[in-house]
Amino acid sequence: MRKFLFFFITIILLNNKVLSLDLTITQGSIKPTPIAVSNFFSSTESTFRIGKNISMVISDNLERSGLFLPIDQKAFIQSPKSLSQGPRFEDWKVIKSQHLVSGKINKRGDKISVEFRLYDVFAQKELIGKKYETTEKNWRRVSHIISDAIFSRLTGDSGYFDTRIVYVAETGPKDNKQKRLAIMDQDQANHRFLTDGSYLVLTPRFSPNSQKITYMSYIKRNNPRVFIFDIETGRQEIVGDFPGMTFAPRFSPDGKKIVMSYADPKIGNSEIYILDLATRISKRITNSSAIDVSASFSPDGKQIVFNSDRSGRRHLYITSLDGKKIKRISREAGSYYTPVWSPRGDFIAFTKQEGGQFYIGVMEVDGSNERMIAKSFHVEGPTWSPNGRYLMYFKEERTAEDGSGGESSLYSIDLTGYNERKIITPLGGSDPAWSPLLH
Amino acid sequence: MFYKILLSIFLAAFITACSTTPKDTSGASGSGSSSSDPASGDADILADLENTELGGPNIEPGSQEDLIVNVGDRVFFDYDSAELNSDAKELLQDQVAWIKQHNASVTIEGHCDERGTREYNLALGEKRAQSVKNYMTSMGISSSQISTISFGKERPAVVGSNKGAWSQNRRSVTTVN
Repeated sequence: MRKFLFFFITIILLNNKVLSLDLTITQGSIKPTPIAVSNFFSSTESTFRIGKNISMVISDNLERSGLFLPIDQKAFIQSPKSLSQGPRFEDWKVIKSQHLVSGKINKRGDKISVEFRLYDVFAQKELIGKKYETTEKNWRRVSHIISDAIFSRLTGDSGYFDTRIVYVAETGPKDNKQKRLAIMDQDQANHRFLTDGSYLVLTPRFSPNSQKITYMSYIKRNNPRVFIFDIETGRQEIVGDFPGMTFAPRFSPDGKKIVMSYADPKIGNSEIYILDLATRISKRITNSSAIDVSASFSPDGKQIVFNSDRSGRRHLYITSLDGKKIKRISREAGSYYTPVWSPRGDFIAFTKQEGGQFYIGVMEVDGSNERMIAKSFHVEGPTWSPNGRYLMYFKEERTAEDGSGGESSLYSIDLTGYNERKIITPLGGSDPAWSPLLH
Repeated sequence: MFYKILLSIFLAAFITACSTTPKDTSGASGSGSSSSDPASGDADILADLENTELGGPNIEPGSQEDLIVNVGDRVFFDYDSAELNSDAKELLQDQVAWIKQHNASVTIEGHCDERGTREYNLALGEKRAQSVKNYMTSMGISSSQISTISFGKERPAVVGSNKGAWSQNRRSVTTVN
């Protein structure tokens, strides 16, 4: 197992090195590991379906990660019932499954206990065994938590399945788009709308505890401002008392502050401010006649990366929170926008525009090793999975003169540029934000 | 009242018609130069139509219709720029005179074309609105009469991913409060 893990990680690192060419889209190729996810066994009729559903959610999660290849259950030899007594490794070797996931469900009153085990088939060894007690309606959360445990044990990274996505759902013609805040699980389940579309909403971002969202809203028609939206209660409140437009907000890693841009009518230009949510005291960070926008905190909360056209071109800058040490990090040709610091701290993802195309790219924090991982007529606004291994962003199609086209959709992609996938949403989608892990 | 409704239907039809037709960009940069001329041209045609069919235009002085028809409500900008070119300044001088004449309060909307990110374009739209406001205050309008709002790239005037549409979407629009 250890040997395999090492091998696996080596492949990814190699891809990073070999394919880092400017403006060439790097597409890492990873050979997914075969894994068998058996239906969780249940001796009672009523929980039989839950056992099947849990197995399906886990299998789908692992498949979407691009790192695993779930084997068709039709090929399985050992039954879930027999497997609940222990695996016959030979049966799983024959179908060339590297790993095996099995489980059991017991019902006690209105609670269920979900037990799962992860095996290395070729080493004939149990890697994890865990049990969760919960109510029946929580079966989906449990499936995600189990998926995270499996992902974490087999890749060495932390998981990202027990997460949610907040985004802007879009309908209508491009010159009068109706926009609504919407939220869903990472696998698109439990989709719901948070606002009714009667006013424009933009750029939602999660707080670190995932219960609140900061975003920009035109709810006060002539005064677009940054708001905080409480997901549980549906209540929203304005952030700070500013006489001009506030926009492009993000929470600090501890959730106690918001960094955003403020267009002071007295200055007539956008500067970056940090607002302390407890004291309501705001502090101006930038001071230039240029546009300063799209700030994002480093994971330690000590620096911010932002977008500015102070050099005459649009570049990315890092500054200390007192605004005294400002350093440009982007180095290449083209325009850079929307920098987002990885939760792991190692990379900065961004939007880039060059030669009539838009790109999603990543660079190291000092601006080195810039790589483009997605390209289109218009792609924008990357957001990191909490383990810093995947990105989500949106893509907008070209609009024809008759008004057709112009649809926006969400996409996810591996940090290496591998495994780009369209995220299916009920309406069009833009401005995605990935929540931290919920557990 | 009936006339008013009819007039606004006509106006809407004309604005749509002129904005969806690709501009003849002979020689000029395409932005700015097209701002005032088509508006006043349409107004003449419209006035004629009104005269023959409805027996006289019924535009309330100091209204948004008045501004659109007799002055022009928008100016255009170069790509990624909030600077006013000479065409824009010329039109704004007329707007300033009109605002003074009617002692109007106005909101300046700043807009961008789709080539840029949402957040950057909100900032750029605000900067465009502010430079219009600054120009107007320099011409003697009180800043308390002018508010600004940015829509970034959210509300294009013309739909389409082409140069003609982009040049008409990089604009400020003056609206009467």
